[in-house]
Amino acid sequence: MTEVMQTPRIKRMTAAPAWGESDAQPDGHVPPGPIHEKWQKHRFAMKLLNPANRRKYTVVVVGSGLAGGGAAAALGELGYNVKCFCYQDSPRRAHSIAAQGGINAAKNYRNDGDSVYRLFYDTVKGGDFRAREANVHRLAELSLNIIDQCVAVGVPFAREYGGLLDTRSFGGAQVARTFYARGQTGQQLLLGVYQALERQIERGAVTMYGRHEMLDLVLVDGVARGVVARDLVTGAIEPHAADAVVLCTGGYGNVYNLSTYARGANATAVWRAHKRGALFANPCFVQIHPTCIPVKGDYQSKLTLMSESVRNDGRCWVPVKPGDTRAPGAIPEAERDYYLERMYPSFGNLAPRDIASRAAKRVCDEGRGVGPGGLGVYLDLGDAIRRLGEDVIRARYGNLMEMYEDITGENPYRVPMRIFPAVHYTMGGLWVDYNLMSNVPGLFVGGEANFSDHGANRLGASALMQGLADGYFVLPATVPDYLARAGSVPLSTDHPAFRTATAEVEDRARRLLGIHGSRTVSAFHRDLGKLMWDHCGMARHDAGLREALARIPELREAFWRDVRVPGEGGELNQELEKAGRVADFLELAELIVTDALHRTESCGGHFREESQTPEGEALRDDAHFSYVAAWRHNADGPPVLLKEPLVFENVPLAVRSYK
Amino acid sequence: MNLTLKVWRQEGPQAPGRFETYAARDIEADMSFLEMLDIVNEGIILAGGDPIAFDHDCREGICGMCGLVIDGLAHGPRQCTTCQLYMRNFRDGDTITVEPWRVRAFPVVKDLVVDRGALDRIIAAGGYVSAGTGSAPDANGTLIPKPDADAAFDAAVCIGCGACAAACPNGSAMLFTAAKVSHLSHLPQGQPERYARVVRMVERMDEEGFGGCTNHGECAGVCPAKIDMGVIARLNRDLLVATLKGGG
Ligand SMILES: Cc1cc2nc3c(=O)[nH]c(=O)nc-3n(C[C@H](O)[C@H](O)[C@H](O)COP(=O)(O)OP(=O)(O)OC[C@H]3O[C@@H](n4cnc5c(N)ncnc54)[C@H](O)[C@@H]3O)c2cc1C
Ligand code: FES
Repeated sequence: MTEVMQTPRIKRMTAAPAWGESDAQPDGHVPPGPIHEKWQKHRFAMKLLNPANRRKYTVVVVGSGLAGGGAAAALGELGYNVKCFCYQDSPRRAHSIAAQGGINAAKNYRNDGDSVYRLFYDTVKGGDFRAREANVHRLAELSLNIIDQCVAVGVPFAREYGGLLDTRSFGGAQVARTFYARGQTGQQLLLGVYQALERQIERGAVTMYGRHEMLDLVLVDGVARGVVARDLVTGAIEPHAADAVVLCTGGYGNVYNLSTYARGANATAVWRAHKRGALFANPCFVQIHPTCIPVKGDYQSKLTLMSESVRNDGRCWVPVKPGDTRAPGAIPEAERDYYLERMYPSFGNLAPRDIASRAAKRVCDEGRGVGPGGLGVYLDLGDAIRRLGEDVIRARYGNLMEMYEDITGENPYRVPMRIFPAVHYTMGGLWVDYNLMSNVPGLFVGGEANFSDHGANRLGASALMQGLADGYFVLPATVPDYLARAGSVPLSTDHPAFRTATAEVEDRARRLLGIHGSRTVSAFHRDLGKLMWDHCGMARHDAGLREALARIPELREAFWRDVRVPGEGGELNQELEKAGRVADFLELAELIVTDALHRTESCGGHFREESQTPEGEALRDDAHFSYVAAWRHNADGPPVLLKEPLVFENVPLAVRSYK
Repeated sequence: MNLTLKVWRQEGPQAPGRFETYAARDIEADMSFLEMLDIVNEGIILAGGDPIAFDHDCREGICGMCGLVIDGLAHGPRQCTTCQLYMRNFRDGDTITVEPWRVRAFPVVKDLVVDRGALDRIIAAGGYVSAGTGSAPDANGTLIPKPDADAAFDAAVCIGCGACAAACPNGSAMLFTAAKVSHLSHLPQGQPERYARVVRMVERMDEEGFGGCTNHGECAGVCPAKIDMGVIARLNRDLLVATLKGGG
């Protein structure tokens, strides 16, 4: 069925219930036993393949970030035949490269009371009790190995004068467990992964498909057996058969148009897989990061993050009086409201992201925001500069300060920086079990693309940890176990399933090119982004969400009627690439809003105005919502909700307080 | 401000290229160079034309995907990536020339997009530590003096954009290659393969059709990651030792 034909059905949906429900519960396949023994025992129970036989198995890995690149290299080292895809020209450009602040690990090198259990505990609590305990514990265990592996491949982490690794503290934690490489931790980690990947490419173990975009997943008898990808240079649409498919395609935050993601970041791989049957979990859990450079104008194409590590030394404030337009330097101490320190005395400026973002929104809503449109707060390094000297601050954050000055034309050593929250990360994603396999056999999902270990809110420096845990250690164990059990079943791309999928992908490109409408793809993307930010952003309520649910299908219909995609399909066509991505955002947006509408509690980054404490803090509803919302696509009606219950046996359910 | 752009248009690797002129109107000082091109492209599309193809992704100066020769300078006048160049560096009425990287080893794909696969292949020739996943000793098991770690980091920040080769009169990728050699040779983990690595990477660089380095220094002058020419001296030293050792 085509998107154009679907529209009337979806329009009807707004009158009828926006979703259906099923009693079926997705099985997380969590191994039995005490939490700290699960992973080790599970690994021992895995089936192994004889090294001589591994080459017969082909694994398609889509994505070359920390998760995909790590998995592709590790599976190549093990002897599997790996095909790795990315849409950029080189695997080194995956958006993991942009991570600034650091990566967590429970090494306890500082002797400040850290442990695997504490990292596990902090992450479950930080995620507002909406993550699966067993996965999080495994993540905390593997964090130890990650740092070892990174150092072994030459990641130049920051060091102390004695030659030991340096660490710092990061939002939401009271121990210094964050390892970093100046303000470029993601870059250095990804280059470590990339170099290992290039080594396997040179060996012939991995074939790299750069400038290729996966446009569909191919199922044979209900099992994932390959992908259809477009060669972005020639435009050729090509089938690739495999014994298992691994998606590590990053997050879907660009549904909101303006975000800290790369411009090319997209949801196409996961959305196509969803339409082929993979469950999509907790799509409304979107992280809005408190410290980004505010929007300047309509032309803006991206929002830039100022690493929250700056909050270690910077203090957030706004004027006490609404509408105070004096320059920051002219506002005396007594007339400044250091609102995070006031509201959350024990965590202060290091309060977790969801909390810090909402606090910024609240003071701006009170008319106390600064800068154009009152949509900004100060992040002031003045005290730290006076205390430590400009040189120390430059050594810590030099590259961030330069970036800020380049973008805003203001010198942050003289004038406090202005920041505002922006879409940054998606906790939701394709549903996976303990093995990181989706409900579709043979389809694995790693990194930010899965619904992951972060519950309803991710703590700083935990995504890099999860990407590498999935890529280096989990997938290279669970994918071979699956292959050993499934056995090698030869498959040619002449199979009808490939021919149908390829024809559908070609047809979609032809339709996009044939509309010849009057508006650009970017114009539609801007409209969608604004709609989502206004109605499904930092604070959500029933009426706003229902309005979005009515308007998204209208926008989608307008897109398919009036978009203009120039050029041809058989060539490098960047507008066609964008059009396909925005078309998918226009569908995913509706699921995000539906999920947000159904979850009438507030938790983590999902704040429902109807569900708050008298002080305005998020109010969870564990009695009704202690589950993973896993959505099934339904071609003939509204999406269907399946619930995976969450059981907390180790970390007692508690109100998350950072006061 | 209003500007005139002279942009290199080329339909494909074999097609002949030419400059086309476009007007960029109502450009604001706070826009990035790429946001300015976005606006020009939206205008071209609505007028029924074929938009200018150019590479970009992160738009925050770190992925290395963007790269244009602006008024004859790789990444333009500010020694930053093209995406981090802001229009406040231009004046109302300026005419700006925009070209792709012009390097023999980087064939043009379309318009301003080039194929930089040769850089990946230089890394594949040896720009890594051969440490398989899962076999690593404790991270603090080997102490690394802070100055060494810092020197390794300073070289490791290369973003792989290829501006060095685009700026070099010989089309050499020496700064790129030397940055990786230098990064790994400053670390204990990089020692076992140190001399074999430098030989293989330099050989690959030659095979890929990059020119030789004659120490012009243009590369370091445009490098957005501020990689220092010192890395080239270090590469040359290592290469000499490797030759004395008999090819590593
Ligand atoms: C500015 C910024 C700063 C951050 N800082 C931190 C930090 O300090 N600490 C931390 O822990 N986390 C941080 N994060 C989050 C973290 O960087 C990401 O969550 C993580 O790196 C994602 O890794 P990944 O491997 O899942 O995906 P990515 O690195 O995003 O890789 C996605 C890959 O998929 C490919 N791909 C996508 N779609 C397709 C398709 N359809 N076809 C083919 N290929 C496709 C891409 O080409 C790419 O190779 C930050 C994020 C941002 C944006
Ligand atoms: S777009 Fe990533 S460096 Fe410019």
